[in-house]
Amino acid sequence: MHVISLSSFDLSLAACLLLLLAATSLRIGLGLEKRIVISGVRMTVQLLLIGMVLKALFASVSFPFVGLMSLCMLLVAGYEVWARQKRKLRGAAGYLISTGSMLISSFTVTILALTVMVGADPWYLPQYAIPLLGMLLGNTMNGVALASDRLTTEIYNQQGMVEQRLLLGHTWQEASGEIRRDCMRTGMIPIINSMAAAGVVSLPGMMTGQILGGSSPLDAVKYQILIMFLIAAGTGFGVLSAIWLISRRLFDDRQRLVLDCLSSAKQP
Amino acid sequence: MKEAPLPSICPENRAAIGLHLSRLTFLGNGPYSMDIGPGECVGLTGRSGVGKTQLLRAIADVIAHEGDCFLGDDACSSVAAPEWRKRVAMVPAESFWWYDTVGAHFDNKSPATALQVLFKKLGFSADVMRWQISRLSTGERQRLALVRSLMNEPQVLLLDEPTSALDREMAAAVEAIVVDICASNQCICLWVSHDLEQLFRVATRVYRVEGNGLSEEKQRCM
Repeated sequence: MHVISLSSFDLSLAACLLLLLAATSLRIGLGLEKRIVISGVRMTVQLLLIGMVLKALFASVSFPFVGLMSLCMLLVAGYEVWARQKRKLRGAAGYLISTGSMLISSFTVTILALTVMVGADPWYLPQYAIPLLGMLLGNTMNGVALASDRLTTEIYNQQGMVEQRLLLGHTWQEASGEIRRDCMRTGMIPIINSMAAAGVVSLPGMMTGQILGGSSPLDAVKYQILIMFLIAAGTGFGVLSAIWLISRRLFDDRQRLVLDCLSSAKQP
Repeated sequence: MKEAPLPSICPENRAAIGLHLSRLTFLGNGPYSMDIGPGECVGLTGRSGVGKTQLLRAIADVIAHEGDCFLGDDACSSVAAPEWRKRVAMVPAESFWWYDTVGAHFDNKSPATALQVLFKKLGFSADVMRWQISRLSTGERQRLALVRSLMNEPQVLLLDEPTSALDREMAAAVEAIVVDICASNQCICLWVSHDLEQLFRVATRVYRVEGNGLSEEKQRCM
């Protein structure tokens, strides 16, 4: 079965819709027209570029290329998680922790899926490896970023309470327990909700893509189920490790709360 | 009418031990050195912002510092931090509460009789444990925070302006309780206040905290 190819004309028609939206925004003084156009152009360029990269990658099937590509994706995802935090850990530690939790949440889970479950030959076959990793990074990133941001913000806002509990002889785990559990929940709830809504409210993007690409719906569904499990597990463990690593940095070896390691929040 | 004696917070007879501050230095302040004998209450005063609160925080080991504190033979640095803070209890000027009710902040290990006597002396009725935190006044929080810290059976009490939100009557009740605990439990107390009269009422010695050390304050004839 062959996919119906889209012509540049088809894409231009779709782009016109966006231009129409931008014009409306200008008309009613929304002030979003510039951003709409810029993000539209940016998205087009990014996707065209990645299309070309993937084409080359799929043609070569070389491990160093796939590895390099994955590494780039990981580093960008780590940066994204780090940049989304209002109060970041200062220095390299903040970026390393973000990237480290993305490594745990996405990389290991993807490798496990590729080697054990999908079983492509070779296991790093880019047609499977890159989209899987991309799906995992994109989805777990949200959970990890949400949880990390919430943790540093909450600890900062509730430093009086945390310190009061330390003064009463609580360990750092007890003193920050409620906050840490809250943040873990914040990070995991979105994926739990989307598992509940999958197929009923939303048809997940990957499944839609596969069906459009000509796969049988049942095959597409099986892949979607696999992906959902991987994302949920990846997000969960990524969130747990990010919260653990960050809170370890917020207390020193004498279990004192040290907030100097957080950068100050930007003025809005 | 004679008041009911305060039941011992700490049931077993504790060895009388002193507190020794050895060249405590933090945030560019100090060094502060002092010896406090068992059962002694020492007053600390000094201008606002000089670091009285930080001195207490350094003794409770919640801020980084140089030098060390010794409780008897035990150095602060050799005791696990939570254990040290149970023995050396700081009651900050502003107290924080994280559960909905007062009672949730007290664990079941709190000695019930001592608790009831303390509540009574501080003007609370017996059902105070069921009170909502959000409805407490500043003064009520301050008194309850003292009780909460006492439930850890501390050997040293670090009080940061413990009567700042209290009326004269309740301030006197807090003073009486602390003096009583020092005397009967051989508990050591460091009491920070701007009220020199109060300090000379409760403390055996009063020091003025300066940026580079402590100077003894003598009681003037009043």
